[in-house]
Amino acid sequence: MIKIFINPGKFINFANFVIKPLIFISIISFIIGLIFALYVSPDDYQQGSTVRIMYIHVPSAWLAMLTFLIMTIYSIIALAFKTPFGFIVNSAVAPIGATFTFICLFTGSLWGKPMWGTWWVWDARLTSVALLFVMYLIIIFLKKTTNNINLGEKITSIFIIICSINLPIIKFSVDWWNTLHQPASISKISSPSIDPSMMKPLFIMTIFFISIGLLIAIIRIKAEILERKKII
Amino acid sequence: MSIKYQRLIIIIFSLILIASAIFLILFNSKKNFVFFLTPTELINSDKILKEQIRIGGYIKTKSLIKQKNNNYYEFIVTDKENEIKVKYSGILPDLFREGQGVVIEGKIMGKNEFLASRIFTKHDENYMPASIKKQLKQKNYWNKEY
Repeated sequence: MIKIFINPGKFINFANFVIKPLIFISIISFIIGLIFALYVSPDDYQQGSTVRIMYIHVPSAWLAMLTFLIMTIYSIIALAFKTPFGFIVNSAVAPIGATFTFICLFTGSLWGKPMWGTWWVWDARLTSVALLFVMYLIIIFLKKTTNNINLGEKITSIFIIICSINLPIIKFSVDWWNTLHQPASISKISSPSIDPSMMKPLFIMTIFFISIGLLIAIIRIKAEILERKKII
Repeated sequence: MSIKYQRLIIIIFSLILIASAIFLILFNSKKNFVFFLTPTELINSDKILKEQIRIGGYIKTKSLIKQKNNNYYEFIVTDKENEIKVKYSGILPDLFREGQGVVIEGKIMGKNEFLASRIFTKHDENYMPASIKKQLKQKNYWNKEY
């Protein structure tokens, strides 16, 4: 079972098996999620309709961080156990994470203008997420800075492991420092402070983001494996 | 122990070392990372007159004075311990009202006096349909002023 996530050959079999169900899940969750987010869910008591930006902003922020976490785990495995599959995953997944981070920053900016009164401020949460975006860009290009591909991949993995320290900083920035960004709503110690009628679209949109991210990742990893087989 | 697990332990150990180094730096320079000061923090700080800073707190209820024709506003920002009087002329964000959390950029003009140049409104982490607010109000469970 665990070999699926380390062995390239087994992974391709697994990929061919899950691609179609994933396409199905992402289309269905996208349609239902949009209907819930745009029509069924109610207006917020103080933000009005603007709250609907949350259904894209929050899942993309989660996915941006989840992608980085997966890259970190694969980097550690790849360096420690000398399995090249981790490097394949890193180079395939980094642009996806960068895209999610960009969506998060962009929608956050659109949300900030009407609610806070500004597109952008340099508070701890916004700055650390902007840093995450820059890290993703560096990861994408760092591999290509050396002629020796193996060396470039190792350097990239070390860079990813070091940068993973940013993840807890993003998560807890709203608690450690005074920020304009509001604190966490869902992962609070007390019960979540989002009404159930608003949790539903958020949950469905999160399923959509996970399935579409996974789908693109699997297709990219598969392409990367086939590409490398051709070279060898 | 095989060489693979030795490598794994070395990687995790070095990650912990780097992480603790960075967190030590962050926590010891916490003062310099603040986005805004609360009124109490401002009074206890060593900020000088006319210095450009940001303060944050709640707008005290029934403290807002408007002069509509030239967009001039006066209000009191409080953190429930100390208060600062703020003067501002300009356009206010949509969420600006009494009881709301705000972050204000501007100059210190004297003891407990502040001249604002920009105003940001904070919104809290609670999301609730507008219809529920109405129901809560009817049953007198609503304890916010806005």
